[in-house]
Amino acid sequence: MAQTVQTAATAARTRLYSGRRRWNAIMIVLAWCAALFGMAWLALILGALLWQGLSGVSLRVFTEMTPPPGADGGLLNPIIGSLIMTGLAVAIGTPIGILAGTYMAEYGRYGRLSSVVRFINDILLSAPSIVVGLFVYEVLVRPMGHFSGIAGAVALAIIVIPVVVRTTEDMLLLVPNTLREAAAALGLPRAYIVRRIAYRAARAGIVTGILLAIARISGETAPLLFTALNNQFWSTNLNAPMASLPAVIFQFALSPYNDWQRLAWTGALLITVAVLALSIIARALSSPDKS
Amino acid sequence: MNVIAPHAQTAVPAAAKEALDTAKLEPKIAIRQLNFYYGAAHALKDISLTLYRNTVTAFIGPSGCGKSTLLRVLNRMYDLYPNQRAEGEVVFDGANILAPKQDLNLLRARIGMVFQKPTPFPMSIFENIAFGVRLYEKLPASELEYRVEHALRRAALWEEVKDKLNVNGQSLSGGQQQRLCIARTVAVKPEVILLDEPCSALDPISTAKIEELIDELKADYTIVIVTHNMQQAARVSDFTAFMYLGQLVESASTQKIFTSPSDRRTQDYITGRFG
Repeated sequence: MAQTVQTAATAARTRLYSGRRRWNAIMIVLAWCAALFGMAWLALILGALLWQGLSGVSLRVFTEMTPPPGADGGLLNPIIGSLIMTGLAVAIGTPIGILAGTYMAEYGRYGRLSSVVRFINDILLSAPSIVVGLFVYEVLVRPMGHFSGIAGAVALAIIVIPVVVRTTEDMLLLVPNTLREAAAALGLPRAYIVRRIAYRAARAGIVTGILLAIARISGETAPLLFTALNNQFWSTNLNAPMASLPAVIFQFALSPYNDWQRLAWTGALLITVAVLALSIIARALSSPDKS
Repeated sequence: MNVIAPHAQTAVPAAAKEALDTAKLEPKIAIRQLNFYYGAAHALKDISLTLYRNTVTAFIGPSGCGKSTLLRVLNRMYDLYPNQRAEGEVVFDGANILAPKQDLNLLRARIGMVFQKPTPFPMSIFENIAFGVRLYEKLPASELEYRVEHALRRAALWEEVKDKLNVNGQSLSGGQQQRLCIARTVAVKPEVILLDEPCSALDPISTAKIEELIDELKADYTIVIVTHNMQQAARVSDFTAFMYLGQLVESASTQKIFTSPSDRRTQDYITGRFG
């Protein structure tokens, strides 16, 4: 009697688990499909870029200026312009971002100011970049009377800051408090604890944040169109309009000229490769240290 | 069986220990009517206790009784956090360290602390120790090396790490990390060392090493140890304070606490009836 009750219960469970296994299989297949669907577009984009862009890659791309329609030329001036503006934006945005993130995680962790700043920073983080471009247009370009490289750099810096603030704060919050206590127990002043212990423990994460910020701004077009505009010629003058890869891609891709369109593809490939490289470095840095 | 738990062999039965005569000892820290609050929660109630120079005092009691809190008052570690405050007096070498004018960094340099979880800094073994030394003294390289070696020898770690001083301190085993933390604390030459359950994350062999170390260190330092392990308290300490629900129930020589406690709750706790 007890035996039959036992087998009945076991049979019910067997049915229950075969049902669960079936659902599991269905959901795994669906998850695979979703992943493949997402990856397919990425593969198509990369494939199209490589297909169209690789054919245009030559030494000339890195040594010559953007050409007038119908002539030969390269992308030297937008490459240099992008490097200058991105570099300057990082130089402006990183210290501000790290200092703000440090304040929020280390000094004002329990304060009201930090939660207000965190909230505003999150809004800034998701603000459309065109809004940032318009803002810099109003406060810099209009008063100066002309487009300029410095205005472009400032617009990009405004995009860098919230990213760096967020990652710096998050990474510092991950540093265990026991480490801070241990440092304090040696008699270390607060500033030493932050600089010598917390920064050291969070270094890889903070650097990753900066790299991701660079990756983010290197493809931004909208804020540059309102600020640095573009420049057909070689110019490193920060007080004048400056060429940039995204702006040149935008202009050349919409043009009716074949050679301009090919250069636009090449420029897009260059940006993608650069962003990919930054992402891989960031990934490698943030993976757990095995040494 | 004792092979599995080697510390059992080194254990000194509490009864065999000679009771120290407090009249002959020099008070190092005097806690008077100390009350401590986490926000509105009253965590320590009217604690009065004297800690003597060159002795080991153990704080024992069930979880949440306030023993770690009391330890963290002694170097004002609680000051790192908002809404935590202490009232009363803690007199250290004649000065009340709870006074607002107390320099916290100076205090913590004189009263070192080792934590429950080993906390090596994310840097080399050498730097873990040299780092603290450099804060207070500008030493030539050779002397700094000597100090690091001395501290590591003091913590019985030198022989194990002398060939890999440049290796990251976090790559050591748990027991080695804890001894590194003790070396780091010793290297800055404190007068008092606070140990907050220093062996609770360690295996019996590492525990035995650290207990031996505590016994040696007491010649030069005043030591306070918080422990969950009553055998450990019996083995390493000269004085024991039993705490319960934020109150100091009883404090006396370890011998007395473990053989003839005056309070019923102490007796119940050390005989394992609760806690």
